[in-house]
Amino acid sequence: MSAADANGTSSGQQAGLSAHTRAEIDHWVARFPPGRQRSAVIAALRAAQEQNQGYLTAPLMDAVAAYLQLPPIQVYEVASFYSMFETHPCGRHHVSVCTNISCMLRGAEDLLAHVERRLGIKVGESTADGRIFLKQEEECLAACTGAPMMMVDHIYHENLTAEKVDRVLDELK
Amino acid sequence: MSAEFVNVEVNGVAVKAPKGEMIIRVTDANGAYIPRFCYHDKLPIAANCRMCLVEVEKAPKPLPACATPVAEGMKIYTRSPKAIAAQKATMEFLLINHPLDCPICDQGGECELQDLAVGFGRDISRYNERKRVVKDLSLGPLVSTDMTRCIHCTRCVRFGQEIAGIQELGTTGRGENMQIGTFIEHSVDHELSGNIIDLCPVGALNSKPFRFHARAWEMTQHPLVSPHDGFGSRLYGHVLRGKLMRVVPQPCEEINETWITDRDRFGYEGLASAERLTAPRIRASNGQWQDTDWDTAFNVMVSALRAASTSADTAGLGLLAHPSGTLEELYLLARVAQGLGSANIDHRLRQRDFRDQGADAGAPGLGLSIAEVETLDGLFIIGSNLRAELPMLAHRVRKAARRGAVVSLLNPQRFEYLFPTATTLVATPAQMLGELAAVLRAALDAAGATAPAALAARLAAAQVGESHRAIAASLGQGKRAIWLGALSLRHSSYAELRALARELARVTGGTLGELLEGANGAGAYLAGCVPHRAHAGTVRPSYGRNARQMLEEPLAGYLLLGAEPWADGVQPNALGTLQRARFVGAITAYVSPAMLQVAHVLLPAAAFAETSGSYVNLEGRWQSFTGAARPPGGARPAWKILRVLGNLLDLPGFDYQSSEMVRDELRAAVAAAPRLGYDSSFVPGAAGVVENLRDVPMYQVDPILRRAPSLQQTRTGQAPAAEYRS
Repeated sequence: MSAADANGTSSGQQAGLSAHTRAEIDHWVARFPPGRQRSAVIAALRAAQEQNQGYLTAPLMDAVAAYLQLPPIQVYEVASFYSMFETHPCGRHHVSVCTNISCMLRGAEDLLAHVERRLGIKVGESTADGRIFLKQEEECLAACTGAPMMMVDHIYHENLTAEKVDRVLDELK
Repeated sequence: MSAEFVNVEVNGVAVKAPKGEMIIRVTDANGAYIPRFCYHDKLPIAANCRMCLVEVEKAPKPLPACATPVAEGMKIYTRSPKAIAAQKATMEFLLINHPLDCPICDQGGECELQDLAVGFGRDISRYNERKRVVKDLSLGPLVSTDMTRCIHCTRCVRFGQEIAGIQELGTTGRGENMQIGTFIEHSVDHELSGNIIDLCPVGALNSKPFRFHARAWEMTQHPLVSPHDGFGSRLYGHVLRGKLMRVVPQPCEEINETWITDRDRFGYEGLASAERLTAPRIRASNGQWQDTDWDTAFNVMVSALRAASTSADTAGLGLLAHPSGTLEELYLLARVAQGLGSANIDHRLRQRDFRDQGADAGAPGLGLSIAEVETLDGLFIIGSNLRAELPMLAHRVRKAARRGAVVSLLNPQRFEYLFPTATTLVATPAQMLGELAAVLRAALDAAGATAPAALAARLAAAQVGESHRAIAASLGQGKRAIWLGALSLRHSSYAELRALARELARVTGGTLGELLEGANGAGAYLAGCVPHRAHAGTVRPSYGRNARQMLEEPLAGYLLLGAEPWADGVQPNALGTLQRARFVGAITAYVSPAMLQVAHVLLPAAAFAETSGSYVNLEGRWQSFTGAARPPGGARPAWKILRVLGNLLDLPGFDYQSSEMVRDELRAAVAAAPRLGYDSSFVPGAAGVVENLRDVPMYQVDPILRRAPSLQQTRTGQAPAAEYRS
């Protein structure tokens, strides 16, 4: 009996990784020496999260572990460590408004309040339609020259105004 | 290996140290103590607790001693103001979030954090903010958790990776949200996982069965030896007011290193079972059981044994012992049998095939030392769920396999071994013979040797494939061994399996090992607790009945020593057979409904840790121990019961004053006796019908474990026994 059984790998395999996700993982595994597939966990989780529209589930992480032949806990460790992975259900578009010092001085807090008002949710929550997740926190994203800024699905939007934010958010499907 | 040395200075004293050695090992070897939490001799280096910071001349900052290799000319200061300041600062950080709930913590008094806080902590905390609180995990019935106390040394995590072979615990989250855990709640199920209790330097992981029962400083420590398997792990028993409160490992590099199995650690719970027998009991003529005094019970026992041994109509008296009895008990039992003129004595309760017992080695076992197992290059294991049978031996094999040993297996099922294996042959019990013959055939072909006539027919029928050739090749060079595991020992064609394995060992030059069951399986042979050999391995003129025969056809009377044949054996109708006997006497620590059904006289015996004695482990090492705990009620050490029995039966030479006298007498006899090797002249006949093979789960192998509640609650304890269809 292995820990994999204990964690319900069978359901993980049912959850399954799509062909596209598996191809993505294979691509990353190939970049590391044989036997070092653990190095590809971050890339694998990113692909799995994308496949699941924005967040990871236990069966999905188990599927990644099984695919990479790792104990599931090693995948959980990585998934829970990095802020770019969500292990609880959330909206499919991840929006993070920077409130660190440069952005704050350029009005980020008002901007964040505007976003919260417009979406009707607080930081850390998702919209009821599952469209947008206002991420818990994001510290300086190193775009101070374009402050205030926000990141939407890993794309930076800089020199924001309320109108510009509205336009970006409206375009999210 | 040419050892290269560098010259370093530890606190101003010049020492030589192996090149590349970490500072902490050099200072430890030279008596300069450095505080540490995450560093452990047997685990990979993590350097995440920072407690071992020391000053090194010319280094700009203090360096972690556990992760800094020594270099020529290095000057290390472990007690300089800079080093002390770094260590104290680390301690202050570690205590920021530690709850300091020592008064209600089981670790109190044996806590590394507590000890080091005395040496390196401030007397008043400068930290006034709220401390973090971490939700507890449930890791199953063996390990208790108080995760708020965790200081994130990750020893438990590294234990899983490095020693157990499966990582069950990990570090999730980061920063202040970092936790040790399983992420998704489940029990830790590995058979060595109790060791994380010892590894944990704080009170985060503790023994659940022992929780809140005693304080470390109240108990006395007594060296013991594991009573559950033939590995012979050394233990310490911690005793409070005559009661065994818990068991921890006794470090011994040649045997168990610093680990013990979960059944060694938690099996002691079975000693407190409600089924303990505390006074002699006899069954009155009306069938009612009544407690009685020793004299009455002995009188009934003696006359019944005499009557059974002289009974003309049936085959007389049979004696059955559990293979975890001590050497002294088994030897005295054999002497009682001899005195009563019976050779019907056996401890091999699970063996099914005894046809080639005449070919037994005088002192069977591994054939090599436990430490040598690590150095094997090729190993072929036939019929063994090794992790369940001998978990610590599996750990040694794992070390060998990770070093590059080629481990191949022939089993009725693909077991999870958690070490790299080369070839695994899966075969039904009946097919195992053909598969083994094919490996032998491949080995004979490779060596250009001819098959011995006795095996010719079987070898001619063998279908040699690629996997058989691979196994034969793995046994072709270096240090190699072939082991027959418990599933082979219980096989109904064990004689054929052993003849083939024996020949394979001869052709390849490997060592044949038998993984005998019980803590004293090897000792039982030396004690003469077998129907074909008297003590010291001398051959009996005529063989008595073996365990299977005794449990298939009733004899006139039986004497059971620590055995519950209906649960210890695999003989399906053992209980019925015993019930048909005129007399069954038992020297036993436990009384169960089944025991009351079959027995007529019960003599209460001391169990593990309550008696002095010796075990012989699989490598042939004799290990003696003294009694640590008080037997409950009127129970007495079984060797004393047998001594009195010998006296009352008027047998000569039963005037032993101590168990040491018994042991020394046997030891002298063993030393004087010629060492019997395996007699290869045995010719296996045609294998009869192969029976189904019954497994005995790892927490069912002896009466103590069967009554250890926490072990029974584990997932392993709950799993049903496997049966392999022939």
